[in-house]
Amino acid sequence: MPDPILELRDVKTHFPIQRGFFIKRQAGVVKAVDGVTLSLQRGEVLGLVGESGCGKSTLARTIMQLVPTTGGTVVLEGKNLASGSAAEVRRTRRDMQMVFQDPYASLNPRMTVFATLAEPLIVHRVCPRAEVTARVIRLMETVGLAPRFMQKYPHEFSGGQRQRIAIARALALEPKVIIADEPVSALDVSIQAQILNLLAELGRRMNLSLVFIAHDLSVVKHISDRIAVMYLGRIVELGPAADVIERPRHPYTRALVSAIPTPNPDVERTRQRIVLAGDPPSPIDPPAGCAFHPRCPHAREICQAAVPPLMPDSPAREVACVRLAEI
Amino acid sequence: MPLLTVNDLRTYFHTRSGVYRAVDGVSFTLERGETLGIVGESGSGKSVTCYSIMGLVPQPPGRIESGTAIFDGVDLLHCTPREARAIRGKRVAMIFQDSMTSLNPYLRISEQLIEPLLIHEKIPRAAALKAGLAMLEAVGINDAARRIHYYPHEFSGGMRQRVMIAMALITKPELLIADEPTTALDVTVQAQILELIRTMQRDLGMAVILVTHDLGVVSGLCDRVQVMYAGRIVETADTRALFYAPKHPYTRALQRSIPSTQAKGTELFTIPGMPPDLAKPIAGCAFAPRCSFTVDHCRDTNPPLTECGPGHFQACLRVQAGEI
Ligand SMILES: Nc1ncnc2c1ncn2[C@@H]1O[C@H](COP(=O)(O)OP(=O)(O)OP(=O)(O)O)[C@@H](O)[C@H]1O
Ligand SMILES: Nc1ncnc2c1ncn2[C@@H]1O[C@H](COP(=O)(O)OP(=O)(O)OP(=O)(O)O)[C@@H](O)[C@H]1O
Ligand code: SF4
Ligand SMILES: [Mg+2]
Ligand SMILES: [Mg+2]
Repeated sequence: MPDPILELRDVKTHFPIQRGFFIKRQAGVVKAVDGVTLSLQRGEVLGLVGESGCGKSTLARTIMQLVPTTGGTVVLEGKNLASGSAAEVRRTRRDMQMVFQDPYASLNPRMTVFATLAEPLIVHRVCPRAEVTARVIRLMETVGLAPRFMQKYPHEFSGGQRQRIAIARALALEPKVIIADEPVSALDVSIQAQILNLLAELGRRMNLSLVFIAHDLSVVKHISDRIAVMYLGRIVELGPAADVIERPRHPYTRALVSAIPTPNPDVERTRQRIVLAGDPPSPIDPPAGCAFHPRCPHAREICQAAVPPLMPDSPAREVACVRLAEI
Repeated sequence: MPLLTVNDLRTYFHTRSGVYRAVDGVSFTLERGETLGIVGESGSGKSVTCYSIMGLVPQPPGRIESGTAIFDGVDLLHCTPREARAIRGKRVAMIFQDSMTSLNPYLRISEQLIEPLLIHEKIPRAAALKAGLAMLEAVGINDAARRIHYYPHEFSGGMRQRVMIAMALITKPELLIADEPTTALDVTVQAQILELIRTMQRDLGMAVILVTHDLGVVSGLCDRVQVMYAGRIVETADTRALFYAPKHPYTRALQRSIPSTQAKGTELFTIPGMPPDLAKPIAGCAFAPRCSFTVDHCRDTNPPLTECGPGHFQACLRVQAGEI
């Protein structure tokens, strides 16, 4: 029985590009997110992967209503955020939290760890004042930071430690949905494993739903229930996590999976990669039809005709490729 | 003679809450054209080691307490600012972990990218711009001619990271220090960047220090790997030896934590406990409180880095005693 907590319908986020110093003129538009339809089930972990610049962070920021949506709807527990009032959006902030890609830029450099974590607790009156310190200590322990660091400032931490502060802050309000933009990329594998176990456990215990953006496909595969693969602002493949990585169907997913580095020197130095010809396309004037066609080893005339829709391939899998049956 | 010899580097941070021994007696050498990987616990001093070599440790609170870093005959830690300027940024270049914070948000990418060329090579602007454009294309930025005039916030995280890489490579350095250069990149672009680094190594004989958490990247690119824990080197070996016959208990535990080697849905292996407080002097082995092989002896003797095979060094008392 599907029980979606978050639903995206045909979401589009475009950025106008302005050029000119005195007289601004619109020089084009970046279609960073261009028609994404997705649903996130309660308690589900959805992995989001794709080429750098394909719009993952923009999609995350669109869900969080941090950038104006160009089109489509974002529905959280039945409420349409894209057309909601400012007050409504603010209320949902509490239920939906984001961990940013760059922890240094997203932490206030003048606030100690304690202040950073106590602020949301106090602002949203999560607990009585007297309990704030105990709560902060518990949050720090949850993400594996020793409470003795409480009075330190962000610049006094290593990259990985800062990322854990950011995660603790996202957890402070016990949200229902967390959008995590590369939350573990900066962490060593042991702490990465700790955070992944933690997120998995929170998911189970608090029925937390998670959108998990990452480049490390072995990590995404491990934590996710389903994986969505993005290419140039659109989803090109969607399905159960292990299935997508072990039996990729879309030609882009195949190339992506073949490039995963393995922690084994002999294997790593001898294996075959599907090398993608050409450069990633520009979202300013995307290729006609399937945006992947200029780099796809299977491309034919027909691929340029129209944008292939996401079509069911097997019961749980959807793929956007017109030549799927032939390749 | 090695290209770089670091000897007994100690970099401490003097803060209100005590003296943090971020780097505590690190020594290593690097040959021309060699690739050295540095892996290890988050907070173990990998970045601070790199910053120390680059003269980028914020002082105060940071202070280089002891040590030398000899690059082609010049001690980078004790040379004149003039000598340092001639080397850093040109012959030695660095790619930073935080690409967004190391780019100036108010300057167009073009200005920042060609700055090293204007400063160090004193070539005309037009030529510098041309070189900048070529470098942006080499790191896989599509539509570079247009995008070179953008501001950093108009780039995605991975694109900013590639700008940083282009900036570091533009002066064709002899030594590239790359702190997590590809963590913000997807695997296909990552493969492309690593290939670019490999090509520059082959063509220019560039040496590389690569700090990364991705053991897959290490196994593909590095000749030698060095493992750090709590400001010290606990193991160093050639890449194959380190992956196939790790000796130190921390290295073994790190390897066990790799998600791709563990079944999906299971709880991942993690190292119990937390890294030690670097503000307190550590008498014995820094890993002792978390190690599953600890005996009393481990807590009071600081294990020296000892050779256990050709070019393979490790700092565990019990491995040295042949007990594990
Ligand atoms: N400016 C500073 N003031 C005080 N302490 C600092 C400062 N910079 C770094 N440190 C401390 O030095 C130690 C080493 O930090 P470093 O950034 O080198 O870690 P790292 O190994 O690069 O970790 P990561 O993998 O998370 O990037 C950390 O414990 C950190 O808290
Ligand atoms: N504020 C902005 N103005 C103009 N263009 C933008 C803006 N923000 C993002 N873009 C563009 O939108 C596209 C998608 O960017 P986004 O940051 O979402 O990518 P991403 O998938 O998160 O990439 P990465 O993996 O590198 O972080 C990029 O081409 C980027 O240049
Ligand atoms: S010296 Fe002792 S505590 Fe340290 S790694 Fe070896 S066995 Fe473990
Ligand atoms: Mg991003
Ligand atoms: Mg670091």
